[in-house]
Amino acid sequence: MTAILLPFTSGRVTLKQGGGGRAMRALIERLFVRDFATMPFDGVGVDAMDDGAAIRIGDDWLVITTDSHVIHPIVFPGGDIGRLSISGTVNDLAMMGATHVLGLTCSIILEEGFSLETLEAIQRSMIAACREANAPVVTGDTKVMGRGEIDGLVINTCGIGLTRTLVRDNGLHTGDRIIVTGNIAEHGLAVMASRHGIEFEGDLVSDVAPMNGMIDSILADAALADAVTAMKDPTRGGVASALHEMASKSNVGIVLQEQTLPMTDAVRSVGELLGIDPLHVANEGKALLGVRADAAERILDRLRAHPLGRNAAVIGTCVDERRGSIILDTGFGRRLLAEPEGEPLPRIC
Amino acid sequence: MCLGVPGRVIEVHDSVAVVDFWGVRKEVRLDIVDEPVAPGDYILNHVGFAIRRIPSESIAETLALYEMLLAEGGDDLMSLDVRSEIEASS
Amino acid sequence: MNDLQFRDPRLARLMAATLARQVKEMGRKVAVMHVCGSHEQAIAKYGLRSLFPKSLEVIMGPGCPVCVTDVPEVDEGVLIAAQGARIATFGDMLKVPGSVKSLADAQASGAKIDIVYSPRQAVDIARSTTEEVVLFATGFETTAVATAAVILDNPPPNFSVLSAHKYIPPVMEIVAEMPETRIEGFLAAGHAAAITGSAVFEPFVARHKVPVVIAGFEPNDIMAGLVELVELIRAGMPRVVNMFPRCVTREGNLRAQEQLWRVFRPQGGRWRGIAHVPNGNLRLRDEFAHVDARKRFPIDLTSLWDYAPPALAGQCICGDIMSGIRNPNDCRLFNRECVPENPVGACMVSNEGTCKIWHLYGGVPDLEASA
Repeated sequence: MTAILLPFTSGRVTLKQGGGGRAMRALIERLFVRDFATMPFDGVGVDAMDDGAAIRIGDDWLVITTDSHVIHPIVFPGGDIGRLSISGTVNDLAMMGATHVLGLTCSIILEEGFSLETLEAIQRSMIAACREANAPVVTGDTKVMGRGEIDGLVINTCGIGLTRTLVRDNGLHTGDRIIVTGNIAEHGLAVMASRHGIEFEGDLVSDVAPMNGMIDSILADAALADAVTAMKDPTRGGVASALHEMASKSNVGIVLQEQTLPMTDAVRSVGELLGIDPLHVANEGKALLGVRADAAERILDRLRAHPLGRNAAVIGTCVDERRGSIILDTGFGRRLLAEPEGEPLPRIC
Repeated sequence: MCLGVPGRVIEVHDSVAVVDFWGVRKEVRLDIVDEPVAPGDYILNHVGFAIRRIPSESIAETLALYEMLLAEGGDDLMSLDVRSEIEASS
Repeated sequence: MNDLQFRDPRLARLMAATLARQVKEMGRKVAVMHVCGSHEQAIAKYGLRSLFPKSLEVIMGPGCPVCVTDVPEVDEGVLIAAQGARIATFGDMLKVPGSVKSLADAQASGAKIDIVYSPRQAVDIARSTTEEVVLFATGFETTAVATAAVILDNPPPNFSVLSAHKYIPPVMEIVAEMPETRIEGFLAAGHAAAITGSAVFEPFVARHKVPVVIAGFEPNDIMAGLVELVELIRAGMPRVVNMFPRCVTREGNLRAQEQLWRVFRPQGGRWRGIAHVPNGNLRLRDEFAHVDARKRFPIDLTSLWDYAPPALAGQCICGDIMSGIRNPNDCRLFNRECVPENPVGACMVSNEGTCKIWHLYGGVPDLEASA
């Protein structure tokens, strides 16, 4: 037998650090937040680790956000990387209250040999998403890299919007209700199922959609807008990760009623087949809202009147115990909900 | 340990079955299961293989086991409380 | 299938009341063990622990095949990946640490790792490429029969298997024989028993005079299994009871057993953080040398140890934690060298492992106090 020397060295970034959980947050905090946040700045900056930044301009806030998009497969049930890139950025703006998008940028990095036909299809779906969101792409950039130097296609989008009502992810108070705007886990499980050859008869498709219209139906009504204490979109890391972040930044505990979580049978079923908890799975067209208890029903009614919010539900309550933690009431008993550590993977046990 | 999920067989082609898991369909291998499997049967899936055909009468058997356990006593306040809740809703 | 009653929380509370009455009448602490990660998963997922009476201790045994995959087995996978072969494995294996690296670390350094849902998918990958594809196969007998099936179904010549499969019955002997053990009954894994049959536990019960109850994985299956198990303990009746008749028979799945033992032979070996388990590993028989990755690739584990000797694993007390003799605070590695991002032993690898839960929540979370 010959001895094999490992070509590996330690100190490398792992995929877990991009999964939206604890490991990713630690990486970002260590690498970027600590030093970037030392420069003087009036507004919501990088150290807030919110969905985007907000810069004060007179009585308004200029909200700005950026996102890079990579996904396998590039086209998935219910959408593709083009729709995802526009929706993701529009949604990040909307989560901070900027429901009217001033403009988007779009940078595309392509691998040599990428199919032009696919590229055109992606471009068409970007345009369709822009129309839905009433959000114009105003500038962009294109680069091509050699074969093998990048995997297919990466899209970066940046968005700006103006708002007078800035909504943060850290404003929850004891007694506030938590609303989710619809069925959870559809995006992540649809993508994962298509990767693992699960064919559907049912309706397991990604929920990817721009939500600024739906959010605007709340925020445009001053009485309702006033009752919204926090917003966040549960993308990577799912509802579990987003709620942990909101709870810990707001210094409250959250009791989540599992049986009230809106979820299709298909999601429940694929989750069980692959051994993945839907609470840990990404959404791309859902928002979590913290709202004052007395306004919860009115906000719920308004959300349900919007096509994207038909299945909206109150799923939890903020409490003055176990701050920073999520207590899951399963109907059988109560337990703490753990924060996902990385991208969920199919498991056998 | 082993994640197992029951589903209902839709079609059978040689050693592969198309199985419905509450609205989601997946191909499941029949190399291991020890009884003939036909459309309409329930099977237990583990890592893409059927490991057991679940006889439909055995569901009732399990529920009967539950009943038997609960019948062995259970007249304290807590049980009575839950029992009346179950009866009221059924 | 009507699964509603298997998940009816009211029925669960009713069984919890029965359980509480049983334990109260016994007037002492009772400790039982389940040997199945999926039982722990279901207990945790549904929050069943908050339904258990305080004096009933339900200990999580060595029931997660991924967690007990030993350091040298992961090293073998990492070494084969370093030779350029594609490794196909289950998602749970990715972060399990070897002496220097996990497969996730190897992937970060350029190794080709494919996450598969089924052994069948690994064969499909092999058919689609000329590269060597190695299925790093983990899991108990339930999963091993699927591996056996693909090996017997004429896989392509570039496909091979690195078997880290484990066999459950022998490890129950180890736990039952631990000198300080307080365990009075076992909840056996329903899906593994679907393969082996309930009869496989009969000699064990005769030898150790402790009851074994086979239970399914719906919340009420587990509650019912515990009620039956405590009842057997109270009545002093060491016997095997099958509470999962919809999937388990006395003789098990004979066709699967035949394939399993045609392909694999039992061999002694270490289970991570537990012990050397005689006949606890499933290795490929000599007739299948052509698909045995251990025969096809040169593997020299000592080449890894030049980087770092596997010293930490020696200090891990997972075995004692799993048998309920000690708790994580008794371990000198806990929350120091051993954390979820860099776990040493099985109890920190598993999402439901005792050490992982203590790390995340600062001890066993007593949610009853706030209910």
